[in-house]
Amino acid sequence: MATVTLEHIGKIYPGGVRAVEDLNLEIADGEFMVLVGPSGCGKTTALRMIAGLEEISEGTIRIGEQVVNDLEPRSRDIAMVFQNYALYPHMTVADNIGFALQLRKMSKQEIRAKVDEAARILGLTEQLGRKPVQLSGGQRQRVAMGRAIVRNPAAFLMDEPLSNLDAKLRVQMRAEIARIQRHLGVATIYVTHDQTEAMTMGDRVAVMRDGILQQVDAPQVLYDRPANVFVAAFIGSPAMNLYEGVVSDDGSHVRLGDQTLDLPRGAAPRDHHGQDVIVGIRPENLADAVTGGSAGTRGSQLEGEVDIVEALGSEKLVHFRIEAPRVQTADAISVDDSGEADALSQGELGTTAMNESVARVEPTSQIRAGERAAFRVDAEHLHLFDPASSLALWPAPRPAEAAAV
Amino acid sequence: MSTAAVEVAAAQRTAVHRRRRRPARRIVREVLFYLAALIVVAISLFPFYWILRTSLESDSQVAAGVGGANGLLPSHLTGSAYVNDFSQQHFLTPLLNSVIVALGTTVVTVIVASLAGYALARLRIRGGAVILAFVLLAGFFPVLAMIGPLFLLFRSLGLLNNIFPLIIVYLVYTLPISTWLLKSFFEQIPPDLEEAALVDGATRLQALRKVVVPVAVPGVFTAGILSFILAWNDFAFAVSFLNTTGNFTAPLSIVTFGQSSFQVFYNRIDAAVVIISIPIALLVLFLQRRIVAGLTAGSFR
Amino acid sequence: MSTAVFEMKSRRPRSRAAADRRRGYLMVAPLVILLLAVTAYPLFYNLWNSFHFVNLSYGALPHKWVGFSNYSEMFNSSAWTSALVRTALFTLVTVVFDVVVALGLALMLNRRFRGRGFVRAAVLVPWAVPTVVSAMLWKTMFDPRAGFVDYFLGNFHSAWANLSWVNANVWRSWAVIFIADAWKNVPFVAIILLAGLQVIPSEVYEAARVDGATGWQSFRRMTLPLLKPAIMVALIFRTLQAFLVFDVIYILTGGGPGTSTETLSFLNYQTFIINTDFGYGGAISMMLVVITLAVAGVYVRVLRPST
Repeated sequence: MATVTLEHIGKIYPGGVRAVEDLNLEIADGEFMVLVGPSGCGKTTALRMIAGLEEISEGTIRIGEQVVNDLEPRSRDIAMVFQNYALYPHMTVADNIGFALQLRKMSKQEIRAKVDEAARILGLTEQLGRKPVQLSGGQRQRVAMGRAIVRNPAAFLMDEPLSNLDAKLRVQMRAEIARIQRHLGVATIYVTHDQTEAMTMGDRVAVMRDGILQQVDAPQVLYDRPANVFVAAFIGSPAMNLYEGVVSDDGSHVRLGDQTLDLPRGAAPRDHHGQDVIVGIRPENLADAVTGGSAGTRGSQLEGEVDIVEALGSEKLVHFRIEAPRVQTADAISVDDSGEADALSQGELGTTAMNESVARVEPTSQIRAGERAAFRVDAEHLHLFDPASSLALWPAPRPAEAAAV
Repeated sequence: MSTAAVEVAAAQRTAVHRRRRRPARRIVREVLFYLAALIVVAISLFPFYWILRTSLESDSQVAAGVGGANGLLPSHLTGSAYVNDFSQQHFLTPLLNSVIVALGTTVVTVIVASLAGYALARLRIRGGAVILAFVLLAGFFPVLAMIGPLFLLFRSLGLLNNIFPLIIVYLVYTLPISTWLLKSFFEQIPPDLEEAALVDGATRLQALRKVVVPVAVPGVFTAGILSFILAWNDFAFAVSFLNTTGNFTAPLSIVTFGQSSFQVFYNRIDAAVVIISIPIALLVLFLQRRIVAGLTAGSFR
Repeated sequence: MSTAVFEMKSRRPRSRAAADRRRGYLMVAPLVILLLAVTAYPLFYNLWNSFHFVNLSYGALPHKWVGFSNYSEMFNSSAWTSALVRTALFTLVTVVFDVVVALGLALMLNRRFRGRGFVRAAVLVPWAVPTVVSAMLWKTMFDPRAGFVDYFLGNFHSAWANLSWVNANVWRSWAVIFIADAWKNVPFVAIILLAGLQVIPSEVYEAARVDGATGWQSFRRMTLPLLKPAIMVALIFRTLQAFLVFDVIYILTGGGPGTSTETLSFLNYQTFIINTDFGYGGAISMMLVVITLAVAGVYVRVLRPST
């Protein structure tokens, strides 16, 4: 039974590079906590500090009540699943799984029993006598998991364990891992760069960027009430559409380029009336104005030039352009996986020439590329952010969970 | 037939035509290639056949020269040269000397190079790059030029005409390449293997012993073979430092066979050559893939 | 559910990096010490000697300082200058020949064909056996009575039978030396080039074919440039090896006929071991060191930009 507590954790490499800054996190016993963020955000470094594979520059880490800063990995009672599995190539699967127990000088029968049990849970009983080189990717991954679960540790640490699997296998293993963790009830810290994994697996998700924790909350809260622009753009796929807009003087609507959108009552704070603001609309909150039900008033629509329509069978993704300047963070670009990031430095917001917006519409929509289309905006799900600080204005973030960019 | 079927049939006809035009050219090319390969093998191995053949001749056959009944495959073969080598020339002693020296060098090399290779690959040592550059430079160093001072040194230590200093001297041949080889090898072992062992509960030493060492065996093996070959093969240092036949190493002793008598008994010389070549030839034949892989591991990063 | 096993005795030192570093130094120490002992120590001892008169044949005479006279004697000696020229020429011819032939060999071994493993092994054996074997082997082959070459040539043209090769005539002696040396060393170069070839992805060639390149063009503009690092490595090793050639010279010709096949290495050996002249020998060997380091330096300089 153990919680894992990180207090004011920081990591500075010799040479001055700062990988993690003032990280505070508490993982309850049995909780599945996901650390997510783009590459270089410090999530793996934080994990390795918990494991004892990286020295802690600042702060304390506690496992249970014990401060573990100075303890070797082997004394921290943690188990780790590595990204490339790190299976011992010269040992059989059974020996791989039982290695830690061998080191602790358990009796052969005990080891045998525990290894068999772990193999049973993971469906590896047939492979026990084989060597890693003879196994498939999925099997190797399960051996890596077996190695961890056989120890009954205080906490599991997982470093992107699914990133080397193909897409179908990944979906399968996601559920497997979640199921096993629930069954074992051990505190788990799971690092990934894939926000889908984060959302589907975590009890809580901690979004990190440039070494700083952006927001930590249940997945749904991150989706509904992102604390800042980065989290808003990072969570959800396709990413949220973000625009530069100006709030009207009375705060009742916002101007995006040459179009206007009604704002819900009280959405824009008083001090932002008449000011610049960043507007966020998720693709799933845009509907085909024609087929998606009643057309609605002008103030609840966006019109744009359609570039491409991607038909996915269950829905259509419409890529379109409107005349409002778009906002993208440098990491948001890499998160979208769209080739080269522009010359925005990390942490800056900027307008880009890419003004592709995305809408998710029903498969029955008749929108076609090259035409103008109208989208109904679900105003209740609009997001507003302050351009200077990037913090969320509406919906208001939960207190104590937000962080400035 | 329908249009689609007609099209398919036409395509098949042209494909067959194309297939018919190619083979002639290809066959010629293939034949030439295998011919070239045959020539290459012949050039590499025929000389060995020749010395084998010569080694099985008697003294009188050698004196008579090649020709007639004594042609490519002599009608009479005898093992007298081999017997002579061991009984009269006492070839066994030099052989043993060579084995001692080569083994000695190999053992020292493997231990030293493994330690250093691991440290250079894994542990961040300040000046690691300098050490590597030095090792590389030592590999290019013309140690042969140093036979003078080494001679004087051994003389003052009373170690002249002794095979043991040779072990140290040969290290300059074997250490640079072995260190470099093992360093590349250790670099290819993923660091998370050790980390996984640490997390599993091993101390640094245990992790090394139980995880790193077993995985490093192929690399160590290759370095060992190379070192053995390098040490076994040396002639220049042996000829400079050893001067009594009893202390000669095998290569040296073979050469002195040839110089000792008025008539050169090629059969005896070649018998010794065959003996000294057999272990090496066998090693290479069976381990050629290993050796090639080891030599080229990480060469061009 | 977990058993807390926090062992107090496993406290590590404040900085693990420092402990690692210490361990690292200890682990490289034997290597460095041994190498220094066999390279730096003799080197300096040698340098010292080169400025003195040190000759064991004149045992009783003191080792006195003679400044640069060993060096000037060397530069003025025809024996040395001819040896230098001979060695340089031999190196040039050998290296060029070896690399060209080895390239062909490597190209051949790069293709997949039946029996490739055997051919590779066969090609490697000459390299693996001692130089003594190679030298003796070719000495046998070229012997007027016991050799294959004369037997073979004799079958073509009776005047060619029973020719003496080694020590008969300068050119023939060099021919034998050259063949023995090349036979042993071409495989080594071929392996290096083969490794370089195997690193080139086959898609490069496929793309070239699609773009319309012929076999020769593909070779010239794809293979050769991509092989440059390997060629450089091969060149540097082979050049140094050829320059320092000793074994085959000693065994085949002993420097003869006369002194016409004496190379610098041979001269070095003769001065030190036969003439026991460690002062003059010091100058010769220091010059050897300088030249080899210069050659290595030139190659490294050329090699560096492309890596």
